[in-house]
Amino acid sequence: MSEIIFEQVTYSYPSASEPALTDVSLRIEPGQLCLLASRSGHGKSTLLRAACGLVPHFYGGSFAGRVTVAGMDTREHPPARLGALVGALSQDPETQLVMSSVRAELALALESRGHGSAAVARGVEEVALALGIDGLLDRSTHELSGGEQQRVALGAALAGRPRVLLLDEPTSQLDPVAGDELIGLLRRLNQEWDTTIVLCEHRLERCLAAADRVVALRAGRVEHDGSPEDFLRWAADSAPGLQTPGARLFSLAGIEPPPVGVKQARASLRRAGLLPVGDEPVGASPMDPAARETVGGAASGANDAPAPRVGRLAGLRMRRPAGEAEQAAVAARSIWLELRGGPAILRGVELTVRPGERIALMGRNGAGKSTLLRCLAGLLQPTRGRIERGGRVALLLQNPGDYFLHERVRDELSPAAIQAAGLAALAERNPRDLSGGERQRLALAIVAGEGERPAVIALDEPTRGMDREAKAALAAELRARAQDGQAVIVATHDPEFAAACAERALLLADGRVIADGPASELLAGGWYFSTETARILSGAAGTLLPEAGAELLRRASGGHALAGRRAQSSDPSAGAAEAGAAESLWSAEVQPSRAPASPVSQTPRVVL
Amino acid sequence: MRSALFYRRQASPLHAARAGVGALWIGAVIAAALVSESPFVLAAVCAAIVLAGACAGLGRALARTLRIVLVVALPIVAINVLVSREGLTVFARLGDLGPFGQGNLTVEALVYGATIALKLASVMIATTLASLAVDPDELLRLARRLSFRSALTASLATRMVPLLAGDAQRLAEARRTRPVAPPRVKLLSAIVGSSLDRALDVAATLELRGFATAKRGSSARRAWSRHDRAFAASAAAIVVASTLARLAGLAAFDAYPEIHSAPAWQASALAVVLVAAILLPFANRRGIGL
Repeated sequence: MSEIIFEQVTYSYPSASEPALTDVSLRIEPGQLCLLASRSGHGKSTLLRAACGLVPHFYGGSFAGRVTVAGMDTREHPPARLGALVGALSQDPETQLVMSSVRAELALALESRGHGSAAVARGVEEVALALGIDGLLDRSTHELSGGEQQRVALGAALAGRPRVLLLDEPTSQLDPVAGDELIGLLRRLNQEWDTTIVLCEHRLERCLAAADRVVALRAGRVEHDGSPEDFLRWAADSAPGLQTPGARLFSLAGIEPPPVGVKQARASLRRAGLLPVGDEPVGASPMDPAARETVGGAASGANDAPAPRVGRLAGLRMRRPAGEAEQAAVAARSIWLELRGGPAILRGVELTVRPGERIALMGRNGAGKSTLLRCLAGLLQPTRGRIERGGRVALLLQNPGDYFLHERVRDELSPAAIQAAGLAALAERNPRDLSGGERQRLALAIVAGEGERPAVIALDEPTRGMDREAKAALAAELRARAQDGQAVIVATHDPEFAAACAERALLLADGRVIADGPASELLAGGWYFSTETARILSGAAGTLLPEAGAELLRRASGGHALAGRRAQSSDPSAGAAEAGAAESLWSAEVQPSRAPASPVSQTPRVVL
Repeated sequence: MRSALFYRRQASPLHAARAGVGALWIGAVIAAALVSESPFVLAAVCAAIVLAGACAGLGRALARTLRIVLVVALPIVAINVLVSREGLTVFARLGDLGPFGQGNLTVEALVYGATIALKLASVMIATTLASLAVDPDELLRLARRLSFRSALTASLATRMVPLLAGDAQRLAEARRTRPVAPPRVKLLSAIVGSSLDRALDVAATLELRGFATAKRGSSARRAWSRHDRAFAASAAAIVVASTLARLAGLAAFDAYPEIHSAPAWQASALAVVLVAAILLPFANRRGIGL
């Protein structure tokens, strides 16, 4: 029997004009890991709420159809009873922590269900060890970072060993390392405990390889339901905004089938002789200056960005021209931020940002990214060192909703500013009802102000909860501001967004800048802080984004030659010869191209 | 950079004691402050609570509370001096104050006002100490034996405080990043508005954790630690000493119409006993680590 059954479910929130779910019929089998994909506001979260009974019991509204979870009809069983079978994690972990200490938080669900103290203690220890939060057990929930809160909230949802786990963007606050660890854990839960998992994510590339099935929603309706491979094929034609970077890379290069993950993508390319067997492509290392100057240019050309400055990774910082201090939009001069009775959050950070420069600030949760931005904007005063500002530093904090003080968009800004932000059509809407991308645009217009133009626009995790198209629009806006002479600094966990909007990247760890260089170097050479395209292509020539990667693949394959390679690849003896051919292709000088990537429809499809 | 005004486990004897005993001890200290009449004894108790807080590693947080105490206590003393007509020893004459009569300020009114202010200060500091050093989750478990839902509702209300404090901090930061800061009233209305959404989210979480169908589980026996015993003994000593002193009229004190107090040695002896009882449990620092 199916674990979760949706039968012709149509649901509208109270006072909503349009239904959030329309005629949804779905069966999720026990032990499946099902991924929900859609743009923002198309019903993913509502579907999860319906699966745990919060819709309609908690949110009210109009509900038609039937949802059955483990044989229990959600209309007859309240969420509290379903909670014994279903663990749920929503987008904002802060509101999901209701106790004072982490230990009490993990214990609450078990205690509520009447477990004895020994069972509670064991359950708490086990879930803490499984999630790697045993070191947090005696910490107060008030003082956890966003990433820690996310893991504790997940632990609280898992503590009762639910049969079904419903997760709404569980990695949205996590750095790439913690995000990968979490997906690995979910995979283990799914495989070893047979837990049924339904997961919403915008960054599909993180979890697609782990999924058994993908359900795509559009305007509250199920548009597609199939395997990850089927989903990627469907998305290529019907919803390009939902494609993973790897799938887009293949699609733009005219290669089929679209890969579900990096491993499959590399295997396909290797079979096609487009990726040498074994070592990295010759001449493709991001550290190789020749490759950097050739294909790195191609990468940035596809990003419509200037060619990256020559630089080196850790230990060798970018050299600054003399007299740079006078040109700086903002500069941090060996700043420290040491908490009284606590640790040092920043340790001698040296940073100069020039007008028109676009910088991505990356690093693990707690590395000091947000603190550095706050210091640059003057919200925090460094305990040592100094900040030099060439003008106002406009900082957009993590939650755009914090900037909205009125009931209507038109009351937040002048009509001219609303027009300039492209929000004129939404002037009568409540800012809190806007989509993630629209909220971010409005908040950015508010902090940028209407009078004197800020010298620097700084954004702290701006892509949280945003879909791929909204991210692309934001990246385009930031590039336009940079072209207008404003410096842009973005603290982000999202390497794809960093690659799309930044020309220079900084990696922070433990309050120190550990790497500072062109984005095409820094985001191409790592395991975690790198884009999917870079991982598929081994960071070849600093290629970060699918458009540039596809260009590289097209050049390497020599147009239509891939089909022939596929036929040969079934013969193992041909492998070595192919690898040699591939090496020569990859090491060949590839001239940078500023031409836009060919659209999918114009690219001959090649089946591997 | 979260607020420091909430419970956080620290390496101190008070934090190491079980929450029930810690709450009992704080209750005993508050009771001693309420039943004591002598301003000398009250001042000693108040100082002992501050010292106890410092021994618990909470000196900085209590210093913040002391500032608030001063803001509350000084007006109490001033108002009592201005409105009380029961004292006889005039130290300043303000003349005829119309409908308020003669404005004669008396020493007795000043001392009585100070006594009330000291009682209030002791209670405020002790409750701050309780909120910082007694684990609310453990208390909740104790309260659950009486009424689970009421206890959890109290927990929800308590949880909303730091949540809204966090919201207020974020909104205030966002306000500072604007080129033109909006009026604070707007900020307040935004916080009130967001509090409703927050309450809904927190309530949804409680619902999913089984709040509505909560069952009573069995509780485990936990061996009493040296700190449990020390604070329990201290609480008993504080209650016994202050109650006996009150019943026996030791360290008695009357402010009106003239100041009458028991011999100084009685107040001194009681103060020494109470201060020792309050501070002695902090002397033993074995096994207080996290």
